[in-house]
Amino acid sequence: MKYRTVFDIIGPVMIGPSSSHTAGAARIGKAARSIFGKKPRRADITLYGSFAQTYRGHGTDIALAGGLLDFDTFDKRMVDALEIAKQGGIDIHFHESDELTDHPNTARIRLEDDDGRIMEIVGVSIGGGKMEIVELNGFKLSLTGTNPVLLVLHQDRYGVVAHVASILAKHEINIGFMHVSRKEKGSQALMSIETDQPIDKNVESEVKALEEIHAVAIL
Amino acid sequence: MKFRTIAELVEQAETNGLPISEVMIRQESEMTNRPREEIIAEMERSLDVMCEAVERGLTEDICSHSGLTGGDAKKIRTYQQNAKALLSGSTILNAVSRATAVSEVNAAMGTIVATPTAGASGILPGAIHAAAELLNSDRETMVRALFTAGAIGFCIANNAFIAGAAGGCQAEVGSATAMAAAAVVEMAGGTPSQSAEAVSISMKNMLGLVCDPIGGLVEAPCIKRNAMGAAIAMVAADMAMAGVKSIIPTDEVIDAMYRVGQMMPNALKETALGGLAATPTGRALERKIFGNEEIK
Repeated sequence: MKYRTVFDIIGPVMIGPSSSHTAGAARIGKAARSIFGKKPRRADITLYGSFAQTYRGHGTDIALAGGLLDFDTFDKRMVDALEIAKQGGIDIHFHESDELTDHPNTARIRLEDDDGRIMEIVGVSIGGGKMEIVELNGFKLSLTGTNPVLLVLHQDRYGVVAHVASILAKHEINIGFMHVSRKEKGSQALMSIETDQPIDKNVESEVKALEEIHAVAIL
Repeated sequence: MKFRTIAELVEQAETNGLPISEVMIRQESEMTNRPREEIIAEMERSLDVMCEAVERGLTEDICSHSGLTGGDAKKIRTYQQNAKALLSGSTILNAVSRATAVSEVNAAMGTIVATPTAGASGILPGAIHAAAELLNSDRETMVRALFTAGAIGFCIANNAFIAGAAGGCQAEVGSATAMAAAAVVEMAGGTPSQSAEAVSISMKNMLGLVCDPIGGLVEAPCIKRNAMGAAIAMVAADMAMAGVKSIIPTDEVIDAMYRVGQMMPNALKETALGGLAATPTGRALERKIFGNEEIK
């Protein structure tokens, strides 16, 4: 079930004009910002399908910029997000692609910070303001942002999943959904763990301190 | 006891002697582990946002960024006050003017509640405000109506789609109209079955509706489709409460909407490549709007 709560249907409260092209886009941008963990210096955003065809009319570019500024869908500053981003030192570039994607409302966001760290995510706006992150740095995943999420980039090795799960168990955090993805055996892997309870910074630092862990983020 | 289909929803409501809104509230509380009061309070805030948008659209001079739309809600309201006779009646026109008001606020990048989407955000507030005014409904009844609408939308979204880009306008304005029809049935004291019939009757009249916004903007024809969606919702609710039954069961109507949407070409799914967007006037407006924007 893609839509889990009544507020997916009656909601979000948002700045218009389009739930898929404005609110959904803002949520994709915000998810990218949260996973990146800091303000990016540069963002390259490639738009596909209906996003590419109609983004100016819907303010999709404005909303993505607003999301990268960590604005919520109802933030009244949204209207001026492109200007605020520019003043705040985020250099945003939009690219249109006619490549076919599985879903018509797809955006690929590549973020870079001052140290040259790069992250790339692919987000899909599925309708009614709901979105899904379907790719992170080349790893397939499925994040909806409905529940708290712990993302762990780690070495593809036995025991790592169990260690992370033990930390969550110790903090009495229940796993609702979990997905492990890797590019090839024995290389890097990505765990995405959706939980029923919120995940705090202590959990994040405990997971970070484990062996074989490359990066941790909370969404 | 979770429901996935309209049939399950109606069965749960009627075997337990509950309105649809109550089934939705209980399922929400169970699924999200949140107390009932918190869920109701969140819905009350959504109602407040809707009321503000209605008020703004009816009283302020709204104009979209493109300059294409705004001011029709006020026009309809003034007509209602001055016309010698209202051909479709004051309740229908209340629904129409309020739906137009919210849609115009949305197009002007104002604050609204997506129900189920922003493009269709006028229909539900339009219909429930008109019904509340007619029936002297209290705030609690209006909040309940939002849960009823939410329950219907929940089934449609999980079994078909609610976005114009995915299934055409029938998925978006069609879903909102069906949700609103079910909601006003409950407000007027109808049964869960009658709400379901209102869903069928309204959605059948939206099947095949394409998503063809001029320049890709959620303005034209979206705002007028919101107005007409609200009117259809009110009429469908009356028909259902009169005892009119859909020959095709509700869940099959929703499935038909899904299949029609899958067959619909991409040019008619919010890409601004077909329908009204591709008319000579639609194209000329598109050039004018985006031409202006580049000069700015």
